[in-house]
Amino acid sequence: MIATKTIPDFSLSPHVDQVGIEERASRFTKRSIKNETKINGLKLALNMIDLTTLEGKDTDGKVKQLCYKAQHLMDTYPGLPTVAAICVYPTMVKVAKTALGDSGVKVASVSTAFPSGQAPRDVKIRDTRFAVDQGADEIDMVISRGKFLQGEYNYVFDEIAAIKEACGDARLKVILETGELVTYDKVRRASDIAMYAGADFIKTSTGKISPAATMPVTLVMLEAIRDFYYKTGKRIAMKPAGGISKSKLALHYLVMLNEVLGEEWMNNQWFRFGASSLANDILMQLMKQKTGAYQSADYFSID
Amino acid sequence: MATKKNNTIKLKFDSSRNLAPAPESKSAAKINPRYDLFINGKFEKPQSKKYFDTINPATEEKLSEIAEANAADVDKAVKAARTASDKTWKKMPPKERAKYIYRIARMIQERAREFAIIETLDGGKPIRESRDFDVPTAANHFFYYAGWADKLEYAFPNRQTTPLGVAGQIIPWNFPLLMAAWKIAPALATGNTVVLKPAETTSLTALKLAEIIQEADLPPGVVNIITGAGATGAAIVNHPDINKIAFTGSTDVGKIIQRAIAGTNKKATLELGGKAANIIFDDAPLDQAVEGVINGIFFNQGHVCCAGSRLYVQESVFKIVLQKLKDRMESLIVGDPMDKNTDIGAINSREQLNVIHKYLKIGQDEGAEMFQASGSIPKKGFYCRPTIFTNVAQSNRITQEEIFGPVLTIQTFRTDDEVIEKANNTPYGLSAGVWTDKGSKIFNMTTKLRAGVVWANTFNKFDPTSPFGGYKESGYGREGGLHGLNAYVNLI
Repeated sequence: MIATKTIPDFSLSPHVDQVGIEERASRFTKRSIKNETKINGLKLALNMIDLTTLEGKDTDGKVKQLCYKAQHLMDTYPGLPTVAAICVYPTMVKVAKTALGDSGVKVASVSTAFPSGQAPRDVKIRDTRFAVDQGADEIDMVISRGKFLQGEYNYVFDEIAAIKEACGDARLKVILETGELVTYDKVRRASDIAMYAGADFIKTSTGKISPAATMPVTLVMLEAIRDFYYKTGKRIAMKPAGGISKSKLALHYLVMLNEVLGEEWMNNQWFRFGASSLANDILMQLMKQKTGAYQSADYFSID
Repeated sequence: MATKKNNTIKLKFDSSRNLAPAPESKSAAKINPRYDLFINGKFEKPQSKKYFDTINPATEEKLSEIAEANAADVDKAVKAARTASDKTWKKMPPKERAKYIYRIARMIQERAREFAIIETLDGGKPIRESRDFDVPTAANHFFYYAGWADKLEYAFPNRQTTPLGVAGQIIPWNFPLLMAAWKIAPALATGNTVVLKPAETTSLTALKLAEIIQEADLPPGVVNIITGAGATGAAIVNHPDINKIAFTGSTDVGKIIQRAIAGTNKKATLELGGKAANIIFDDAPLDQAVEGVINGIFFNQGHVCCAGSRLYVQESVFKIVLQKLKDRMESLIVGDPMDKNTDIGAINSREQLNVIHKYLKIGQDEGAEMFQASGSIPKKGFYCRPTIFTNVAQSNRITQEEIFGPVLTIQTFRTDDEVIEKANNTPYGLSAGVWTDKGSKIFNMTTKLRAGVVWANTFNKFDPTSPFGGYKESGYGREGGLHGLNAYVNLI
């Protein structure tokens, strides 16, 4: 929990006008990103990716392959960054940690009975501790949406604070699962609760529910981060996840980030994309910028 | 936890303005080196034998030269319009008239890109606005009124309509093509013929429209487009064979027109200046309200008669609104209007830039506190940074007078009654905006604000179906929607 003297009344979180926020979000898509700005933006987006595999059928081998890809996105294209992190289930943390070594790529682990969050609190805490003990640098928790929708804001707040404590030095990402919250007002309220309860990141979605991340939802959360920063001086990071699979959309997100929070957020400490197929689309665009031609998907490795 | 003092916290936006250039191509639009007058379906040399230059306000380079119509040219145009009215247009079955108007609408859509480029080159507005707003809305107006042409009996149930005859139409430089559409479309739909004069700094899209009208094979003389400055406009207003004057422009010129047509049979609609109040209550969705304020005052460089140029913010949220507003202003890109990323383009003319600078000085001399976005502006061309003034009163000239530029004054208020009084305390009454989460408050405000258009939780929204017009010195008559037809018919 952060060092503010009072915890605000979350039922008084600012309201969001649906038409207005959607109009503003669409305005970012009108920016025309060209040439060196495009290349820089694409490389930055690559460097912000949390490369994710969250399947029941995940195996050690699959995770190892993904970890290799994370560090070697395309060795034929010199000067590419690595992705920011690998995002896996707690049982895969050790495998990923070993595979990534000292590459600088972080290991993020989902926890708290991801994706539903339907488990007793002590189970969620143990789930989190396990992931941290296995070596996770970052924890992606889910909030109890049922409790939130019932208006049990204190319950949600306390739960996030408890998980934050269990995280120790690991950075905590709080997944709001905005697709289940439905309205922008609720997204804003949940964002405020998460930040005041100690989140290091707020994250839109698990990727298991549709709709996942959208630009207007992300904009609501970025505005919440900005207001929180002005109130407390503490920076919170943002992670839209799910549904961002095209370079152009990723660039629109970066434009939005830049115009709402400014350049200090324009790095992978403060912004991430939770995505699995985005990386290859960016690679395809980068190759297109370099060679002038689009290549078939077969020229880009799938791990 | 490192908690800094609030006043040291600041977001940095420098890089948001450093995008690689993304210019629209000039060569995609054809501009002739010289344009003549469009009279009786043909382009004719002016009897004045005079031409004047039209320049690109973003670069101060000459684009083309435009014919200057004198009284004899105006007379010729009016005669052509009268003949067309009597011989063809008035007698034509309404559904046939509709076909012509639909055809014009479709041709505008087909050539949308060309229109957008020329509008931006000639007027200085960002290509994003001419592409996404001016041109599509202009086409929509033609489509909308084309639909009414053969349905006037439903627009005016149990009444018969007859056209007025010849309409003299004089339009401003802020939305050249769109204003031409606002004027021409309802006039044609109701069976009138037209003599239209665009503003002297922005004649090109109206002349491009003349080319379309020629291609659409509209009967000669139904639409005549003549160019020139104030004297040409005066000749139209004073011509004895004109039945109606439709004018959009400054209140000063509106008063001159009003005096000139006093004692004649000419009907008139005048759409004049404004000094709109934009009111933010403390329960408003603040980020969207701030965005609305930005669109309200910086849209089209503030060259909008209904621009939200007076902001009233409820005391308790003043600080946070001001901070959000300044942050948002820092992310606005001022620059080459042809660049697709430009938010604020060039001021329309040197004269207008001088007017704006005069008011910036007046504001500072009056003791108001000025804030301008910190980004760079191009050295050549006419540019003005987005500007806000705080610490102002109702008695400041910058709060009272229409500046017609990207300049906003901000005051605070405590109660509903206070803000209603202040908002109405102006000689103008064209538009207003209200931002609140409370529906009942919106209805209370909209019934008490004396303005032709009141937007709630949005600003500067236009639609062909919605009437537009003013109270008090903002003029009279309504354009757009069903009301817009009324201004062009005699009801029997």
